[in-house]
Amino acid sequence: MQINIEFYASLMQYLPPGKSRHRREISVQDGLRVNRLVEQFHIPEKMAHIVLVNGHFVDADKRADRELVEGDVVSIWPPVAGG
Amino acid sequence: MSWTRKILRVNLSDGSCTSEPLNMEWANQYLGQRGLASKYLTEEVDPACDALGAENKMIMATGPLTGTMASTGGRYSVICKSPLTGAIACSNSGGFFGAELKFAGWDMIIFEGQSAKPVYLYIQNDKAELRSAEHLWGKSAWETDDIVRQTHQDPQLRIACIGRTAEHGCLYSAIMNDKHRAAGRSGVGTVMASKNLKAVAVRGTGGIGNVHDSKAFMAATNDGKAVLAENAVTGQGLPAFGTQVLMNVINGVGGLPARNMRDVGFEGAENISAEAMAEPRKSDGKANLTTNGACFSCTIACGRISTVNPEHFSVKDKPQYQGNSGGLEYEAAWALGADTGVDDLDALTYINFLCNEDGMDPITYGCTVAAAMEMFEDGVITTEHTGGIELRFGNAEAFVAITEQFVTGEGFAADLGLGSKRLCEKYGRPELSMTVKGQEFPAYDPRGIQGIGLAYATSNRGACHLRGYTIASEVLGIPVKTEMNDTDGKAELVKAFQDATALVDSAGLCVFTTFAWGMDNIAPQIDAACEGDWSVENCLETGERIWNMERLFNEAAGFTADDDTLPKRLLKEIIKSGPTEGQVNRLGEMLPQYYEARGWTADGKIPQETRQRLSL
Ligand code: SF4
Repeated sequence: MQINIEFYASLMQYLPPGKSRHRREISVQDGLRVNRLVEQFHIPEKMAHIVLVNGHFVDADKRADRELVEGDVVSIWPPVAGG
Repeated sequence: MSWTRKILRVNLSDGSCTSEPLNMEWANQYLGQRGLASKYLTEEVDPACDALGAENKMIMATGPLTGTMASTGGRYSVICKSPLTGAIACSNSGGFFGAELKFAGWDMIIFEGQSAKPVYLYIQNDKAELRSAEHLWGKSAWETDDIVRQTHQDPQLRIACIGRTAEHGCLYSAIMNDKHRAAGRSGVGTVMASKNLKAVAVRGTGGIGNVHDSKAFMAATNDGKAVLAENAVTGQGLPAFGTQVLMNVINGVGGLPARNMRDVGFEGAENISAEAMAEPRKSDGKANLTTNGACFSCTIACGRISTVNPEHFSVKDKPQYQGNSGGLEYEAAWALGADTGVDDLDALTYINFLCNEDGMDPITYGCTVAAAMEMFEDGVITTEHTGGIELRFGNAEAFVAITEQFVTGEGFAADLGLGSKRLCEKYGRPELSMTVKGQEFPAYDPRGIQGIGLAYATSNRGACHLRGYTIASEVLGIPVKTEMNDTDGKAELVKAFQDATALVDSAGLCVFTTFAWGMDNIAPQIDAACEGDWSVENCLETGERIWNMERLFNEAAGFTADDDTLPKRLLKEIIKSGPTEGQVNRLGEMLPQYYEARGWTADGKIPQETRQRLSL
């Protein structure tokens, strides 16, 4: 299935080559779980601090259960803050 | 003690500068800076006074850790009654000015009265004198800084001054120090202008020689620095990306307001983000971001030093704006950018330079322009008012043009200088002002993020993120993640953030340390520096005392529970799309819980028993 990934800030280095600044459309196996996606891109677990699927938080303890579906947008940030 | 125990009192009406001892009883109750200066203000100024009259006072105050080796210990604040809101104002700034004031031997300067002619204050250690500033009036903050520095032939001089917008009566002018750092919010620069005070130039050679327990202080500050260095946010994220890293996060979670908060979610967010600032541009191969920068004694270094593309229309024939200068921070980038619908990074960086050069709060300025844009689109404001400028959402050329007029006081400047509340009232659309207590919102939409709505509504200086930054918890998961759309527990969360921040501000530290530090990291540093008991418990109680004292000032100035509210747009107009679709802010659920958590009455008054508990 096709999903979109978006990596931000220091995690941009984990993006495969592509044109858009943050987003890549990728093929993944059906039913891929969020934690596996993070591993697949070699993002250290504690650097995947904010993980959103379609703009909604998936907290760290839910990532092993959360299955992705066709068209999902997964956005990932390291620990960040500002204000 | 890290207090110098000395106050400089400057009477601008009769030109006198006198030294007096710091009230140590108050220092033990209110610590310093925000808390202690607010105590002086409440004791010396009638809260009902005219903010721009001689009876208002303006206090520049350091904290006990200002000028020390504690990380970020370089801050000072400006405290007065605000002309924008009529509430208590306290604007905090970094840079180097605060530390220099301390090195000169002063905990704070209290300015009172009004000078008949423009003056500036020159301080060299214990010598202080007012000098004529007639040659400086009409100059920008940057020119003023250069001229004063040349006059005194002292490259080490630290200068805080106002630009032209304050002289023209803009109600939200800032005091700029070290050229690019601002005591930005609530119009403290306008109060300075009303006193005919153009600048304060200070040189101190004394250092800080009076730390209470220097060994313990060394240990506590070193421990604190290690925590900051090891933390991913303060050790890596903030130095590399600055606060602007939030642009995509807040947009991603459905919390980024756009176009005068008419919309939530901005399609141009990524073009004005920290990541965009780091990209090489085609014209000269350079990125917008040149490097990061730090305030005095700071080991985080979140500051942005930027350039505008020299070929960009805004600076093309203006070499003076083509070099490095203070770059965009998140709140400014949002207010100037997403809130006006402009996603042209160069235009926004240039406008930000102008905000620094002539001292205006970019949050209130951006939001006021945004309100004007909405009224322009509705046909209430026309090109007749704007002198032919098509002030539409997203029009970068128009925004640049109107800002260039604004800083010189021409064209539509007088109207924009009113701030959005008075502007929208003037044009018959008060509902379009996105303000609390007359001050404009920062960059987080309270419809998508509940707790920040309560923090805005109850902030003592009007809408402000720095009075209780619940975003840390609700979005960023610091120290623990809470649900954005839950109202449960938000009253306690807001109170905890408000009290802790009041204490951090009063110490002379930067609130950004709290992304890594808890009170258990902060209290030992204060306790080692200052005599008296500065345990975690006492620090938190001091924060709570300060918060309540500010509230009492506002109460005496005429504010009531009715002012603890949000614009109708945020309470009634649902978010139309995105992850937070369908939401409004549910302030009504949180406010009674908040009053209860604070020990206030159901109508937001501070009862005798709470005052007694806090020794107020
Ligand atoms: S964290 Fe940023 S704003 Fe705070 S003191 Fe350091 S450089 Fe200044």
